[in-house]
Formats: sequence, structure tokens, C-alpha cells
Amino acid sequence: MSTPLIMFLAFVAITLVITYWAARRSSGASAYFAASRQITGWQNGVAVAGDYMSAASFLGIAGIIAFQGYDGFMYSVGWLVAYLTVLLIVAEPLRNAGKYTMADVLAYRLSPRPVRAMASLSTLTVSTFYMIAQMVGAGALVTLLLKGSGINYQTAVVGVGVLMIVYVVFGGMLATTWVQIIKAILLMGGTMLLSLLVLAHFGFSLANFFNAVTHVTYHDKGALVTQNFLQPGLRFKPPYGALDLISLGLALIFGTAGLPHILVRFYTVPDAKTARVSVVWAMVIIGTFYILTTFLGFGAATIVGRDQIATGGGTNMSAPLLAQALGGEVFFAFISAIAFATILAVVAGLTISASTSFAHDFYTNVIHRGTERRPGEEVRVARITACVVGAVAIAIAILLGPNANVAFLVALAFAVAASANLPVIVLSLFWKRFNTKGAVIGLATGLAASIILILLGPSVKLINPPIFPLENPGILSIPLGFIGAVVGTLLGREPAAEAKFDELLVRANTGLGAEKATAH
Amino acid sequence: MARNPSAESASDDPTPVVGAETDIAPLGHSGPKPAHELTADEDLDVADWERVAAMGEFKALVAAKLRFIVPATVFFVVYYFALPVLVGYAPRWMEQRVLGPVNLAYLFALSQFFMAWIIAALYMRAAGRFDAMAKQIMAKLSKQRKGE
Repeated sequence: MSTPLIMFLAFVAITLVITYWAARRSSGASAYFAASRQITGWQNGVAVAGDYMSAASFLGIAGIIAFQGYDGFMYSVGWLVAYLTVLLIVAEPLRNAGKYTMADVLAYRLSPRPVRAMASLSTLTVSTFYMIAQMVGAGALVTLLLKGSGINYQTAVVGVGVLMIVYVVFGGMLATTWVQIIKAILLMGGTMLLSLLVLAHFGFSLANFFNAVTHVTYHDKGALVTQNFLQPGLRFKPPYGALDLISLGLALIFGTAGLPHILVRFYTVPDAKTARVSVVWAMVIIGTFYILTTFLGFGAATIVGRDQIATGGGTNMSAPLLAQALGGEVFFAFISAIAFATILAVVAGLTISASTSFAHDFYTNVIHRGTERRPGEEVRVARITACVVGAVAIAIAILLGPNANVAFLVALAFAVAASANLPVIVLSLFWKRFNTKGAVIGLATGLAASIILILLGPSVKLINPPIFPLENPGILSIPLGFIGAVVGTLLGREPAAEAKFDELLVRANTGLGAEKATAH
Repeated sequence: MARNPSAESASDDPTPVVGAETDIAPLGHSGPKPAHELTADEDLDVADWERVAAMGEFKALVAAKLRFIVPATVFFVVYYFALPVLVGYAPRWMEQRVLGPVNLAYLFALSQFFMAWIIAALYMRAAGRFDAMAKQIMAKLSKQRKGE
């Protein structure tokens, strides 16, 4: 058995013990969906970081920086700055006025059934696409990281899928939270250690390090070239590079605050003040991590080199190969195991947000108009949904196969979150006139615009040459989402929604009447 | 610290503590729900929302929040998008070296992290003030309630 596999199995064993502990502790809807709202500020902050920093960040960004230098670092910047939107606009009102899902806040003033149905559709779209991207990534990584351990793509996808279902079905939000916390600590530990080793390699001199970064040599089409990797424009090239960069920024800055699996985390804390504290904790961890991608990415470019990464498994292997070069086989195994832990924690978060939205928004509130027919029904439906969502994700990931281009699925998730979810959340909180038509049309336009523009864009290549030139549709789909919501609202007036604005305003700003923590 | 936040503010906060085993009433329950099973939404006595919304103190709280949040949001959005715009449309200018081998583009990108942290810190300080204002509103409400 290979060392990475042993380390990964150790992580799995620990998380299963946590799931067992969580399953014995929790009962009831608030415990299952929101960990009884008893997660503390720092715990939730670390969990948000663990929920957010996916394999795309850890392996993907390190790889983009290692191959295309500075432009990769632009991703890192957007991924942190996005949390200001979460902190300033969304986290506290959401915690004060909602219960389990993003749709709770929308349904507050508006007609609950159509709004919840649309919001649930948008949540399921974001979560499922994001999950499939993570699972394909997990499967593809196995073939690279656990080479020779007898585990192939299918086994890896099924393994990751079954584990995430087990965490969510048996352990609910409490187990998911602790899996995310442990993963975030491991990821930060591994990243810091790796960065230290990179610095040590350059004699702890930042000057030496950056000098090397400005003279990276590699083979390009057979010729040996020396390139300054701090120079912008290696990835985002004219004529559309600049626009794509801005469009990506828009999707990140406004999409993060609309990602359902991040938003549900703020229901796990006792009150809005703790939610605020947890965002700041998350910002410290996430910011530190993304600054350190400087050392991961540029370190891989200078120490390992593009040529060797290309022959050793491709861009995604940059960070693990850097670990191998600096710390030998054991460190390589450790970093590989962390990469898996990273994927597991993120897919568990996605599964619970998808199943919560289906059970709470769609099943209980849309189909059964807000009443549970039998005690515990909502939780039971959520558990079944988690199994179904997990099975569907496993099946699609296996059908797509290890070589599928799944990067567009991540872009799609952020675009939908920014174009469909965020406009209606913001308008619902700040615009008295906003109404049901506006929310439904806004959600539908944002969702449809994101999907259509991605399909017409260069990542899918449905039509060649692509009709829409950008990989990231945000620059067009976000305004469309907002326009849809505003135009829909102006189509008619809804006195009931306007009358409840004061109530939502008081709740959101004072926490009066907010859901409390459950005593055990 | 956050284990039991309801204890510290229990006296000023008229909100009933909600959260039984399941906080949705099962079918077959006839008659009114027991108090501990009411969700905040159903508990109509929580507050007279219009009256709270009309309170001078509440209006001052919302205005104070907006006075911070709106400029802070405008600032960070402008500061952030200056980066892709400059990198995209003035790459030669961003390539100039300012600190040894390190160019303006990298330093500007790095500064974004500190910008985000500084705004977060400023917001935390301002939010302490908002919390105090909200607490005063709660205290006034519970005093009025006892007086009724």
C-alpha cells in the first residue's frame, strides 16, 4: 500500500469517528440542518474556509501560477476580496432573518411557493455542477497521486461519493462542519510548511525568490525560453483577455455571496454577531492561504519547472510535485492526502446544502405548503435527497470520465450564484418595492443567462467559433439577472410584500425574532 | 464565548427561545402549539414591527449602518476592479519594477489582501457600535413591554 493511500485512509478513519459522534449527538431538524446553531465563531470561520478552498484552489491555482505566472495570482486575489461582499452585505441579515436556506430570506416578504421553487432550482444547479467538477477532479487526481495503488478513476469517484453521503446522511451539519474544520487545518498546515520549504530553498531571501521568478526557463514549442513570471498577460491574452479578467472578477466578487453551500454555514452559529466574527476568521485563513499560493505556484515554476510538471502529470500536479522535490516521498504523500481531504470536505458541504434546499424549500414549503406531515419528515427527506444527489453526481462523473474538461462547471456555479442568487438577495433586503414577480424573473433570467452564455462560450465549444467570446459570462449575465429582477418587479405592485418590508428590516438589523441556538 | 449567547442578553431580548426537537409542528397536533414550539415567524407577539421601524433609534441604526456599508462597498469594488482593468488595459505600465525585481502588478495584487483585511477590521469596530445601538433598542422595547 502506498504512503499517500495510508495517510488518506487515516483522514477517512478520523472523519468517520466524527460522523459517528455527530450522529449520536444530534436529533431534530435544527441539529441536522444547522448543527443546533451552536458552532462558535472561530469554528465556523475555519469551516467556511474549509468549505470554500476547493481542489480548484489548492491544485488548480498553484498549477495556473506555475504555468502562466502572474495571471494565476489574479484568481487568488478575487477569491479573498469576495468575502467583503459576504461580510458587509449578506452574512448578518441572512442569519437574522433566515432559518436553514438562502430562500428563507426571500420567502420572508414574497409569496413563498414560487420563490422557493426557483431558489431551490438555482441552489440545486449550483451545488450539483460544482460537485460534479470536484468529483471528476478527485477521480482524475487519484490516477496521478495514487499511481500503483490499484485504485482507478471509477473506484475513486465512487469512494469520494459514498464518503460524502455517509458524512451528510448520518452526521448532518455537525459532522460536515468538523470534517471541514479538520481539512482546513490540514490544508493550512501543509501550505505553510510547503511555503517555508520554498523560502528555505532560496535561503530565506525574498529577493532571491523573486529574482528567480523573473527568470523562469522552460521549453516552448521546442525552443528554450526565459520568461518573467511576474508579467501579466500570459493567460489572459488580447483581444478578449482583459474583458474575461473583469468578467471573472465580477463572478467571484458577487458570486461567493450567493453560493448556497457558503450561505448555509451562517445558520450554524448562535447569532448574527457570531456570523460576523466567523466571516472575519474565514478571511484571515483564506487570505493567508491565497497569499501563500505565491510560493506554491511560483515555487513550482522555479524549483520543479514547467517542463518537468508537464511530463509528471500536468498543471494540477504542480503543488504535489513541488512537495516531492522539497520534502521527499513522505511529504508528497502528505500533500496528496490533503488534496483528497480538500475535495471530500467541499463535496460534503455541497451535498448538505443541496439536500437542505430540496427538503426545506421544495418538499416542505412548496409541495406541502410549510407543514410537516410526520415528525422528522423534513430531515428524512433531506437524507434521501443526499443519497440521490450523491448517486447522480457519481454517475455523471463516471460518465464524463477522467479527461472531461470540467473547469467550465466551476465558472458556471459562480456565474449562477452571482447572476441569479445575489441580485434577488440584495434587492429583497434593500428595496421595499421588490416583489415575487421580480424574484422569480430575476432568478430565472440569471440562471438561464449564465447557462446559455457558457454553452455559447469558448469552454464548451458547442458552436465553433464560439458566439460569446468570454469564458466567464458574469459581465453580461449579472446585469441581466439584476435587470430581470427589476423589470419583473416593475410589472406590478405587491402590497403584502411592501408591508412586510419593515418587519424584514427590523429583523435583519436588530436580530429581533431570529432563530436561536438549541439547548442540548 | 458564543456557546450560550442568549444568556447575556436574555433580559433585553423579548424573543422567545425557539427550538424543540423539531421546530415544525407535526400533523395531528390540534389546538395552539406550546410556546416552546412556536417559530419566531408564528410568534406574533415578538414585536410590533412597524412601531420598531418607526423608532428614531432604529432609523439612526439603519442610517449608521448604511453610512458605513455603502462607502465601504463602493471603495472595495472600485479598488478591486482597478486591478483587472489596469492589468488588462495598461499592462506595460503595470510591468514597471518598483521593488527590486517585483513589479507594480504584483504589489497592487498583494495590496488587495491588506485592503480586504483593513476594511474587515474597520467594519468589526463599527459593528461594535451598531451592536450597542441595537441593544439599546431591545432594552427600550422590553421596558415598554413591561410597562404595558
